[in-house]
Amino acid sequence: MSTISELLIIAIGSALVSNVVLSQFYGLCPFLGVSKQLKTAGGMGVAVIFVITLASLVSALIYGFLLKPFGLEYLKTIVFILVIAALVQFVEMFLKKNIPSLYRSLGVYLPLITTNCAVLGTALTNVQEEYNLLYAVVNGFATAAGFAISICILAGIREKMRYNNVPKAFQGMPIVLVTAGLMAIAFCGFSGLL
Amino acid sequence: MDVNAIITAVLVIAILGLLLGLFLGFAAKAFHVESDPREDKITGVLPGNNCGGCGYPGCSGLAAAIVAGNAPVNGCPVGGEAVAKKVAEIMGVEAGESVRLAAFVRCAGDCEMAGKDYEYHGVEDCRMAAMLPAGGEKSCSYGCLGYGSCVAACPFDAIHVVNGIAVVDRDACKACGKCVEACPKHLIELIPADSVFAVACSSKDKGPDVMKKCKVGCIGCGICKKNCEAEAIEVAEFLAHINQSKCVKCGSCAEKCPKKAIKKFEA
Repeated sequence: MSTISELLIIAIGSALVSNVVLSQFYGLCPFLGVSKQLKTAGGMGVAVIFVITLASLVSALIYGFLLKPFGLEYLKTIVFILVIAALVQFVEMFLKKNIPSLYRSLGVYLPLITTNCAVLGTALTNVQEEYNLLYAVVNGFATAAGFAISICILAGIREKMRYNNVPKAFQGMPIVLVTAGLMAIAFCGFSGLL
Repeated sequence: MDVNAIITAVLVIAILGLLLGLFLGFAAKAFHVESDPREDKITGVLPGNNCGGCGYPGCSGLAAAIVAGNAPVNGCPVGGEAVAKKVAEIMGVEAGESVRLAAFVRCAGDCEMAGKDYEYHGVEDCRMAAMLPAGGEKSCSYGCLGYGSCVAACPFDAIHVVNGIAVVDRDACKACGKCVEACPKHLIELIPADSVFAVACSSKDKGPDVMKKCKVGCIGCGICKKNCEAEAIEVAEFLAHINQSKCVKCGSCAEKCPKKAIKKFEA
């Protein structure tokens, strides 16, 4: 199989089939927390795409050129946390200086992502699947795109849901969790895709 | 036990951490953004509701505009004079006089006074109800629908629907203007908080039409205008309006109004 078709399969696989939120249950905190409005959900989605893609690149580099030669693969979790935290800090400074408009629109979401388990999860998945650099970056981007898709869908549903008469016991978070569960079932439909 | 492995691990992680720390330290210097310390101080003094009443995105937005000289020191309508003084102190200038405003709903057609053409059982939101035929169930197409979009918009709990129309609590109102924006009928106006008389009607219908629809609607007869010695009242499109900067609060307009459409605020 050519590289391109393999990459495509990886991308579709992580974006839709094994969606990071709806079938792997990573990154549920921002998924439920910042999905009240489509606008903020979109901001969060873009920020996550940005950070996970960069984190995949950097963590693949660190793993290949630092941890493997020294035989320190077992330290990957702690090293990835360290690197991702530093990376997000750096990205924040860089944006503040050079692209202040993007910095303002991402707002508080950027530092929030530091502690988003989806970022670490993707970096560790890349290692587990033994992806090379290119594959890791593509997988990271697709995973984050999957996150962005699902958070935007949920935000759209929640915006419409405001006009519904939700039974009192279900108001607030319960109905959102029910919605997320139904979305996860819907995403099961993609499982026959590959 | 392999001591070397432990030492390697510790060294590699320590050096990695050190490098990242140094990198971030230098990056912080290289990408340092100069921000005016006055900006942070002003942000601290402002109320922090981020209501947007000043026209800037949140309190920090106004602070940046004040420092840049684009906004006056009394630009915050919520904080009023107290905040303006503090901001002026930080900026080192004199605070101008700022008139405290309050929202006023120009409609008095509550459930007893104004009729309805039909019953509406839909979403309780004025913006929805206003899209219905003839601008809502109320006979008067200009009147307050009473579904409380303004109530939901108010960050200070200063406006409430009483007997089918919105009423402003003047003491609680901070004049941020959220309700003015929210009202699909454009009924709400910001007037000085110490004003005493205001026309509580927005109907631009002709007199006989108003009479059919509402017991307290302004019919545009102009009697108030004739009786006003200060020439503070204008009548346009069959609707009287009091110019609060000219009003001397004599009360002759409210006394003479045949429809009692001019509301008097108790001091």
